Amino acid sequence: MARLMTGAEIVLECLIREKVDTFFGYPGGVTLPLYDALYDSKIRHILVKHEQNACFAAQGYARATGKVGVCCATSGPGATNLITALVDALMDSIPVVAITGQVSTKLIGSDAFQEADTFGITRPCTKHNYMVKNLAELPRIIHEAFHIASSGRPGPVLVDIPKDVFQAQGHYTPVTSVHLPGYKFSMDGHAGQIRRAAQMVWEAERPMVYAGGGILHSEASKELREFVEFADIPSVCTLMGLGAMPSEHPNYISMPGMHGSYAANMALTESDLLICLGVRFDDRVTGRLAAFAPHARIIHVDIDPAEISKNRVADIPIVGDAKRVIEKITENLKELAPEMRAKNSSARKAWWKQVRDWKAEHPLVPEFSTEEIKPQHLMAEIDRISGGNAIVSSDVGQHQMWCAQLIRFNEPRLWINSGGLGSMGFGLPAAIGAQFAQPDKLVFAVCGDGGFQMSIPELGTIANNNLPVKIVIMNNGYLGMVRQWQELFYKNRLSSVLLEGFPDPEKLAGAYGFTGKTVTKPSELRAALQAAVDHPGPYLLNVMVTQFENVYPMVPAGGAINEMVLAPPTPVGV
Amino acid sequence: MLQLISLLVENKPGALMRVTGVLAARGYNIESLTVARTLDPELSRMSITVDVEPSQCAQVIKQINKLINVLQATDLTEAPAVRRELVLVRVRSAKEDRTTILKEADIFGARAVESSVDGFALEATGDSEKMDAFIRVIERYGDIEVTRSGMVAVSMEPKKLKLAPPVRKEYLEAQEVTTE
Repeated sequence: MARLMTGAEIVLECLIREKVDTFFGYPGGVTLPLYDALYDSKIRHILVKHEQNACFAAQGYARATGKVGVCCATSGPGATNLITALVDALMDSIPVVAITGQVSTKLIGSDAFQEADTFGITRPCTKHNYMVKNLAELPRIIHEAFHIASSGRPGPVLVDIPKDVFQAQGHYTPVTSVHLPGYKFSMDGHAGQIRRAAQMVWEAERPMVYAGGGILHSEASKELREFVEFADIPSVCTLMGLGAMPSEHPNYISMPGMHGSYAANMALTESDLLICLGVRFDDRVTGRLAAFAPHARIIHVDIDPAEISKNRVADIPIVGDAKRVIEKITENLKELAPEMRAKNSSARKAWWKQVRDWKAEHPLVPEFSTEEIKPQHLMAEIDRISGGNAIVSSDVGQHQMWCAQLIRFNEPRLWINSGGLGSMGFGLPAAIGAQFAQPDKLVFAVCGDGGFQMSIPELGTIANNNLPVKIVIMNNGYLGMVRQWQELFYKNRLSSVLLEGFPDPEKLAGAYGFTGKTVTKPSELRAALQAAVDHPGPYLLNVMVTQFENVYPMVPAGGAINEMVLAPPTPVGV
Repeated sequence: MLQLISLLVENKPGALMRVTGVLAARGYNIESLTVARTLDPELSRMSITVDVEPSQCAQVIKQINKLINVLQATDLTEAPAVRRELVLVRVRSAKEDRTTILKEADIFGARAVESSVDGFALEATGDSEKMDAFIRVIERYGDIEVTRSGMVAVSMEPKKLKLAPPVRKEYLEAQEVTTE
């Protein structure tokens, strides 16, 4: 007979069984029993400085590994502080399990101290959520939460546990299967549709692969590469899918969309067949939907049927797991190859030439200046050190777009960013989670001076754990992306975007006990960045960049993606 | 347009909130909603009439089907189905109108379920248009109060219910108890 355990011990037992080695959280009144049990547990708990960052760190952990990230918060304010990061995980389909404490069952609904309706508040912020009413259902619910978070289209799941359930005593009843009759998702995809898709791929004269975050979630980058190589098709990866194709692969063009490259946007616009894999036709990719890829037929592969034909009607919808479906499409291509391949080879050649010409016409090249550090110069230096192999956790804004344009990623799970929700403050805590998940990897947290200041308290977490995260601040003294829009669309009436009083980075890092430095001269940038990377512990490098640089190319909101603005009116740089 | 959705959901706390949340989050107004247990007490059947952008009808069904507690969501707007509504009307009437009211009710297949010196409570069922007409007729006889059940519907071509089977978690079996 298994020993008598408390609910809190059972929670930890479930986490261990789910192979959780690290989780992120912040204790409070109703989670006291859980933290008491943690005292004797082998699970590592990382104390962050704010619950939002516990969830962002859990996301960083999940995004860097594909495993479920776990975070924990107390009732009331602890739980409500998770909201932004939960929605962020929902938008980007990141597997996260959040455990929140709740007031005791007999107090629920009485406006007890630190009571909030966490179950109600987080319902639209999660893929699914639970409130545990008694000890008997606790293990089942926790294992279900992990199953839901990590399967199908991944997402965050919250489990709200009242204090008396943590305290109650009982036995851990092994849960060896999960039964959720309403939770259906198809993995394999329809064989007939897959066959038709393969035929269409051979028939197309100007095919393009449009791949997204779904490739990462289903671990399908190997299958994607094989498909793209065998069919010899040019490909683009979305902001969420960067690294799904190696940046330097000859079949890879670059990122499409609002700040995508000329070649990527032109190729999507002129294509006659889009093979859309794990994407959701986000407005930041498509621009004006009616003008998006107007000549293309659409093959859309996604595990979530609600994404198919949501924004763009699919000619061949395939509901299934990207890995399995792509593998099957390639198999079918191989079977069909002899009779179909030769048919349009001249058209294909012309298409490849066109795509290469577009790429050569307007390549994404960093700008340099001898006077001041261009933000693009900074990203080029990070890229040089990374060589396509470092983890780059980005915040949200201009720097995020320059990172996405100019830093290479040779593998999936190196590029970590808040894509769908665009949550400022994401970069630093997500880098913490990623570094815990990948202790041997070089991890950059690249932040703007705005987003960084939303997460400054987490410098404490970095210091406490001596995490060797390299924090690089692209400091232009402005909320740069908002300033860019005010310049371009609001007659340059700069309203509340000037960030004055940025703290002295040396003193700031010094206050937390590690090294901080500012670099202002282009000639000193490379050495300063190298010094940061060579330094064994955490490092804060504040890089003063051109104040009024804008991100280009740019598709104005509501514009078609082939109508992008390529460069500022007057050329800059040397 | 008014979309009629029939749902089979797990009879669990919060299930109703999840379904209505999908609609409310898109700004769709629910015209009527009924929920009751099915033969299996662990399941409920819901009928919802909701004002949806015509282009979004399919998306709404897909989003509702994604909910973990929903076993099946079906669009009955155009499908072969029986749609009925129950109406209870309390009418205050003068003594001389009583017989006429009962005759009028009879024409609509309604019946008096309660009677007092002040008037009647009448019960009628039928499609919504007929119920509108019934209410208009009875209204002429005096003060009325109306409670409508909202549309309940049963599909005439039941779709085969596809359910997810249990998922075995081998890694949970393999491990020892390790908390000690």
